[in-house]
Amino acid sequence: MSDHTADFSSHVRGYLIVGAALLIGTLLTVWASYIDLGHHWNIVLALVIASVKASLVALFFMHLISEKQLIYTVLAFTVFFVTGLMFLTLTSYHDLPAQTVTH
Amino acid sequence: MQATTLTPPHVEAHPHPAHHAHHAHQEDAGFWRTYIFSTDHKIIGIQYGLTALCFMLFGFCLMLMMRWQIAHPGEPIPLVGPLLEKLLGNPAAKGVMSPDLYNSFGAMHGTIMVFLAVVPLAFGAFGNYVVPLQIGAPDMAFPRVNMASYQCYLLGGIIMLVSFFIPGGAAQAGWTSYSPLATTIPTDGQTFWLIGMVLLITSSLLGAVNFIATIVQLRAPGMTWMRLPFFVWAQFVTGFILLLAFPPLEAAGIMQLMDRVAGTSFFLPTGLAVGGHLANVSGGGSPLLWQHLFWFLGHPEVYVLILPAMGIVCEVIANNTRKPIWGYKSLVYSALFLGTLSFIVWAHHMYLTGMGTKISAFFQTTTMIISIPSVIILTCFFISLWGGSIRFNTPMLFALAFLPMFGIGGLTGLPLGFAAADLHLHDTYYVIGHFHYVVAPGTIFAMFAGVYYWFPKLTGRHMNEFWGRVHFWCSFIFMNIVFMPMFAQGMAGMLRRMSDGGLNYSEARGPDVAGTLSSPIIGLNKFILWGGVGLAISQVPFIINLFRSIWKGEKIASDNPWEATTLEWQTPTPPPHGNFAHAPKVFRGPYEYSVPGASKDFTPQNALEAARNS
Amino acid sequence: MDIPYTTQPRPDTGIYNAKIGIWLFLASEVMLFGALFSSYILLRVGAAPADWPHGLLNIPIGAFNTVVLIVSSVTVVMAWASLKMKKLAQFKLFQAVTVLCALTFLWVKSYEYREKFSHYEVWKTDGTRLTGHIEGKPMFLTLAKLQVAKKEKIEFVADPHHYSEGKTPMVKHEAHAEHKPVEIPLAEIKRLSAFVPAHSTYFAVYFTMTALHALHVLGGAIVIGYLFGPGSKMWFTDPERLTNRVEVAGLFWHFVDLVWIFLFPVLYLL
Repeated sequence: MSDHTADFSSHVRGYLIVGAALLIGTLLTVWASYIDLGHHWNIVLALVIASVKASLVALFFMHLISEKQLIYTVLAFTVFFVTGLMFLTLTSYHDLPAQTVTH
Repeated sequence: MQATTLTPPHVEAHPHPAHHAHHAHQEDAGFWRTYIFSTDHKIIGIQYGLTALCFMLFGFCLMLMMRWQIAHPGEPIPLVGPLLEKLLGNPAAKGVMSPDLYNSFGAMHGTIMVFLAVVPLAFGAFGNYVVPLQIGAPDMAFPRVNMASYQCYLLGGIIMLVSFFIPGGAAQAGWTSYSPLATTIPTDGQTFWLIGMVLLITSSLLGAVNFIATIVQLRAPGMTWMRLPFFVWAQFVTGFILLLAFPPLEAAGIMQLMDRVAGTSFFLPTGLAVGGHLANVSGGGSPLLWQHLFWFLGHPEVYVLILPAMGIVCEVIANNTRKPIWGYKSLVYSALFLGTLSFIVWAHHMYLTGMGTKISAFFQTTTMIISIPSVIILTCFFISLWGGSIRFNTPMLFALAFLPMFGIGGLTGLPLGFAAADLHLHDTYYVIGHFHYVVAPGTIFAMFAGVYYWFPKLTGRHMNEFWGRVHFWCSFIFMNIVFMPMFAQGMAGMLRRMSDGGLNYSEARGPDVAGTLSSPIIGLNKFILWGGVGLAISQVPFIINLFRSIWKGEKIASDNPWEATTLEWQTPTPPPHGNFAHAPKVFRGPYEYSVPGASKDFTPQNALEAARNS
Repeated sequence: MDIPYTTQPRPDTGIYNAKIGIWLFLASEVMLFGALFSSYILLRVGAAPADWPHGLLNIPIGAFNTVVLIVSSVTVVMAWASLKMKKLAQFKLFQAVTVLCALTFLWVKSYEYREKFSHYEVWKTDGTRLTGHIEGKPMFLTLAKLQVAKKEKIEFVADPHHYSEGKTPMVKHEAHAEHKPVEIPLAEIKRLSAFVPAHSTYFAVYFTMTALHALHVLGGAIVIGYLFGPGSKMWFTDPERLTNRVEVAGLFWHFVDLVWIFLFPVLYLL
């Protein structure tokens, strides 16, 4: 890493801004959970907010926004596989034969 | 003009003086730090190798006892019956294997062979010893993590072994440990199995991180990705598979542990009845969830079993045909494609769980597609033989036999990949025949090839060639005697995991019972038993040869007795701590054999070669 | 020959060894928690609504814990930034705060667990279900244990709503005061369970996932604490390697925070 000491004050500012954003996101999530938007939309909203918060942590705290190609490749495969696991398992569970055979 | 091969000074036989102190320090570290708590990848590789071979022998013995029971149900096991009774008590009363004992031997045979023998040997032993040497690195990227990974493996293995001696015995629900049986079966052996598995998975994860980081970061100057020996590529993909496929099984193992210990119902459905009574659990769980999570690992695991073997076969074939491997790029891309696709085929182990047509079609499609890279790899190896100057030494015999044996294993998998055929073949001996062909005369033959091939690098001596050939021919014949009949039995409908060898479903039931197994099919059990005994006897020369040759084997004439091109053969024998005094410089690909104009029929990857004659 | 690229990045990949190592490990952790989240989804979608509790976890406390972890994420990255700016004392301060946040999180979690272990659900033989507390706040009681102890009834303080009555607002603890204990004879009880893992798959998932997460918090706290304490001596012999170690530990810590960012809404709010 060849960042100079001087650069870091802007980095520090960035961390504090992201931290504040995360705290706001938390408040938002809790507040939104008390509003009844219909069961499914509550889930979507909560997950969207959580995803935004997670992205902020990953991109800025974990420096993914300026990471190297190799790390991106590893994570891309991971995301592909975990999505496959989730999606295929849930689909298998609910894709049932239309009806049982009766004689 | 004479072309000479100059060996650069940094690969001289004696360590550079500045590093001699380092080497001496390692030796001065005492017996425990040098051999038991070592962080040197070579020592750890040997530790993995010896431990794994012991487990393999143990797993093999379990199988022999099971085959006796299958061929002679209810009869006391000869020779070891009384010993078994002494060790295990009631389950082996009068030396007869009870059905519960049969089940526990079956479950543990599978677990031990897959997780304690083959993977630690293929990945932990061969990978650890050879990969850093082949890429020109001083050690693994994280040596202490490497030591930790071996220790986790050893501990996990010990816990698995201990489970045989606790009340209730070892795990008895198959190596697949399906809930609800695995959860409700009244033995703590299953809990031991789960704890052992968590340790083994931890060991594999630590190892996988190490292998991938090492291959990415520690390649010597000039060792580009496309100059890596295929063995390294195979281990690289294997590492990725272990890294990403094991954690869901760890999650499932934790959940099953919670089911057993904390009374949860992750995998126990509502309304579950055990022993005729409604189980006192909350219900709401799903047995299918266990299956999905298990096979999410279970399928990629089989590629973990085969890829390192393919890597070894590639090295041995290139070396003993004295020509470059045909289709290096195809091999690499096939291995990468295979590894990636292996994550989305798993439910072909679950066709009979009542899945719908859409999802079944998806998994059938991906399963068919995944057979393509395997075929490409095998084809490249076959074509590599064409026009070669083949040396039929023991490693080459095993590597050559791998090709048709893996071919049979792979081809017999195709009907299993189609749900329509799988309806008939699922859970029969056909499946057992299929996967044993791939792993036993497949992977294990490649392991043997690797042992005979790399033995001189570890010890400075050759294993005895005559007894190696005896080992090969006897193993080859008996492997086929053991496993070929299983296809016939499976197609006749003989199911897996039957402790009486199918007697209850045979003609012995009576003349007017329909659809029973015929006497010839049942009779094959005895045939297979004798094959197993023959296979056991065939391993004796190997065991004796292995140990005897360490001290009495024919000494090697040079550090590179097989005249190989890859970097592990360009080091002293055995390689010192730190492997290379300075990082080797690599100038060419891994299989530059019989280069026109070169002075010898092989050109090592790091050799400085004067300009070729045109 | 020494192992290269422990501190300096390798030119063609641009990273040092430990960083690729930790990202690989985190990839495996994504698969681990991903599998658990998948299991949660599968079990929840397949569950009857009446059997899937909600509103039983204290949301303000959960939100507080979320804030604690977010703060610790800020402090752990600030600790690394301090080392990059060569400010050792500031690094130590931020590392210490991170560990304190971790311990706070764990303490709050253990308080939550204990609360749940003395919070009960009763299934009566007439089919009705009640949630509430038992006089004396015992933990881990079951019908079998009461029968063995030859008790004949329990003093039960019921909650105002049962979770199967539709989406309930958080059970306010003030409402607790209104209710007097009610006697329930053991003969009328079909099942009695505290909100323990065995209660339902919801609590099985809750306890398993939060306990596994807590183990990761503990592990991370130990490593960060080590780097604050004995590990920080490396500043005087190999400062760049220490900085890298702190960065790598911080990456693990951020992942732990990231998991909780999903766990909190999924388990507490939905």
